[in-house]
Amino acid sequence: MSVRKTFATTGRVMSQLGHDPRTLALLFLIPPILITILKYVFQGEKSTFDHIAPLLLGIFPMIMMFLITSIVTLRERTSGTLDRLMTMPIAKLDFILGYAIAFSLLGFLQAIVTGFVMLGLLHVTVLGGAIPTIIGAVFASFLGTSLGLFISAFAKSEFQAVQFMPAFLFPQILTCGLFIARSQMARPLQWFADIMPLTYSVDFMKRVTMDSAWTSLLTRDLIVVAAFGIAALILGSATIRRQE
Amino acid sequence: MDTAVKIKNLTIVLGDRFKALKNVSIDLPAGKMVGVIGPSGTGKTTLIRGIVGRLHITSGTINVFDQPAGTPSLRKQINYMTQELSVYPDLTVRENLRYFTIMDGQARKHINATITRVLEAVDMIDKATNLVSSLSGGEKQRVSLAIALIGSPKLLVLDEPTVGLDPVLRENLWELFARLAALGHSLIITSHSMDEAERCDDLVLIRNGRVIAHSSPLELRQRTGAKTVEQGFLKLVGAKP
Repeated sequence: MSVRKTFATTGRVMSQLGHDPRTLALLFLIPPILITILKYVFQGEKSTFDHIAPLLLGIFPMIMMFLITSIVTLRERTSGTLDRLMTMPIAKLDFILGYAIAFSLLGFLQAIVTGFVMLGLLHVTVLGGAIPTIIGAVFASFLGTSLGLFISAFAKSEFQAVQFMPAFLFPQILTCGLFIARSQMARPLQWFADIMPLTYSVDFMKRVTMDSAWTSLLTRDLIVVAAFGIAALILGSATIRRQE
Repeated sequence: MDTAVKIKNLTIVLGDRFKALKNVSIDLPAGKMVGVIGPSGTGKTTLIRGIVGRLHITSGTINVFDQPAGTPSLRKQINYMTQELSVYPDLTVRENLRYFTIMDGQARKHINATITRVLEAVDMIDKATNLVSSLSGGEKQRVSLAIALIGSPKLLVLDEPTVGLDPVLRENLWELFARLAALGHSLIITSHSMDEAERCDDLVLIRNGRVIAHSSPLELRQRTGAKTVEQGFLKLVGAKP
């Protein structure tokens, strides 16, 4: 593995996005706009909005990075570029980590923009403060990127890759405790939620909203999210084969 | 004569049962232009992907410079140009080359010189700052070829490098290939153009997953009594020219 080649991959992915201002604009504008809409959806219920908005910051980055990564890596797989790279003197990690870093960085920038709109302009009360909120969003981006990388191996076309988003993420969104406390769900769904990574990303945001101190539970949530992300990266790396 | 690639009793099955190559045994010389010729869908690309180590070998062996195909140390010695345009359309020509030069492991101080050299070789110096997506098909093809010229590979494996290019450029590229061979590089080039086959030092004719002839263009013409490689090929496969 080579640090230089990993960062060359990160830089290359960033340059690709740099040539695509529309995608960048969508990445940075959609989450703040959606959260702003949500504010007016809950016009008369500020406390409900305050409660839900930060949770979305644990979900949006994951969805968006999942979608982008799965499409982009699918393109690498089908366009021949990955084929060519696999005959070159590189480690698979140079490729995979390069992607993970690029999109986590992008998630960081996205979180700063969304966090600014949410905390600064819409005055959502988050007792834990801005920094933990942004940390949570970056971890969610990393998770989305890793899952996207892994899942792209099972898609033969962009059509399939896009469908994987509702297939893999929606069940997690429905059961993560966004709509109702998880303890009120049917028991099997609680078990399901307990083993799904998005649950921990959302829990982290929930705790940050309600508690001003950094607790060990916050650390645990982050570790779980990161562990899922790393596991998905390892699995993703196994799906990229030198020999077919 | 030195051998670059030694292939023995090679069978490669693609998917579950399709035998893309059937019991192929050939030795390809080093420092020469070897043409792999045959109709499309007959196993040329399979053979080439086997040589660069991208395919699982069903039975038999492929050795490249006396090491089994796919050995990690061979990755530094082989450059491969795939049949698909393996370039990033949403990057400029220079950004593409820069990325692949770093991935090839070139020292930082050599990057710019390498980029200039390969761009000159494919006559694309004036398009360096263009986005690849804005280029014509032939220009994209040349960028892809330029990437294969990065570094100083002992073996260059090029899958249909001149397809879709105009005659002048094709002529220039074949001259470049000949120069590379003269410098001691080994080249394996697939083509389904028989007039290009005439320019190779050594020809491998493939049909339906089998090697039906392996000789120089001259020998092929003499043996079949044909005036051109194309007619020789047609005689070999039993078609009426």
